[in-house]
Amino acid sequence: MTLDHRQQHMQSLRAGLSLLIAPIEFLVDLPTDLGRWITESLSTRQTLLEENTRLHSQNLLMQARSLKNADLEAENQRLRELLGSSLKVADRVLIAELIKVELDPFKHLVRINKTQQHGVYLDQPLLDAHGIMGQVIETVPAHTTVRLITDPGHSIPVQVSRNGLRTIATGTGKINQINLPYLPNNTDIREGDLLVTSGLGGVYPPGYPVAHVTEVNHVAGEEFAQIKAEPTAHLNRSREVLLVWSGEHIKTLQQVTQSDREGQRADQ
Amino acid sequence: MQISNHQGGGLILLSFIVAFMLTVVPLPEFMQFIRPEWSALVLLYWCMALPDRIGVGIGWIVGLLLDVLTGTLLGQHALAMTVIAYLIINLHQRIRIFPLWQQAAIIWMLLNLYQLLLLWFDGITGQPPKGLQFWLPPISGMILWPVVFILLRRLRRHFKVK
Repeated sequence: MTLDHRQQHMQSLRAGLSLLIAPIEFLVDLPTDLGRWITESLSTRQTLLEENTRLHSQNLLMQARSLKNADLEAENQRLRELLGSSLKVADRVLIAELIKVELDPFKHLVRINKTQQHGVYLDQPLLDAHGIMGQVIETVPAHTTVRLITDPGHSIPVQVSRNGLRTIATGTGKINQINLPYLPNNTDIREGDLLVTSGLGGVYPPGYPVAHVTEVNHVAGEEFAQIKAEPTAHLNRSREVLLVWSGEHIKTLQQVTQSDREGQRADQ
Repeated sequence: MQISNHQGGGLILLSFIVAFMLTVVPLPEFMQFIRPEWSALVLLYWCMALPDRIGVGIGWIVGLLLDVLTGTLLGQHALAMTVIAYLIINLHQRIRIFPLWQQAAIIWMLLNLYQLLLLWFDGITGQPPKGLQFWLPPISGMILWPVVFILLRRLRRHFKVK
């Protein structure tokens, strides 16, 4: 049976059982939800006004920045055309929420509330506002499980944004640390370097921030340097996360949403 | 034993639901590693109290649900649960008359076996957890066993679960 599962044959059984489990997840998540609802409904007009002005100014800043962004994107496209390389298509994102349940403390897995019905697919990357969080390892009707980049069984292809150096970062089991175990001692890498996804491997879209290098140790006699990095994403603090569709997956997303709309029309 | 003699299935179901909830309820970081295996404790109690009713089969189902709940390999907890359910059913007549602390020691050993089986599966699939923290849940389970035992026994007697 275990072997069966390794080849994803048990997915339907898992899906069925997950429906039995769903109420338990809902109940466990309830206090957090309730707490948030209460703070929202009890916050005074004054605090709401303050928050509103703050968000307003932030929004203005963001818009100004995105204006420049559009210009840069156009310029980037022109340059790419000149180089004859393929066009980088914008990625689609969807906001999901973490379900507050805790799984095995030795593995870094989280649950989110968007599922197959929303077009979530296996191996889909998950981000928060600050960087890559992980990838989807299981999606059944009741929930979706995501493996974080710090899970000891997870590796992600990255490159140093300063010089384009490509390598692989693996999880350590600590929530604030990933390692770069495959870089020789003489590599050009420093503390503070930003690691971004390289897009190799086809799971993560290129160019999203992953981690900052925090420590570079050259051990005499060892072939590889010991390099530690800290994920930029707030892995244990974010509640709102983003699911990304890139490349050919955008088409499948469109199909899903289209069939949804047709279904709604049929209902009407 | 006829079905009509059975009573209080709802309480048994409820106890397992509560155990599942305690398994995934968020805890502060330092307490995550000492979270006992609630479902295993509850299963062990019912196996000991009602061995003709709760046994290997129920253990298997509970384990399977636990696998789905915690996102582990399907069948991993199920196998571990069946093994400890089988052992406790074999031992139940002896364990029932033990004093509580001696019972707790036996439970500790069974929970260690349970944990060992889980470790074995994690090892096969290539992600063995590191560190001795992995062996803390059986100890916390042992410490909590008297609480679980007395609470469930009281409930069982009060609701006349047979």
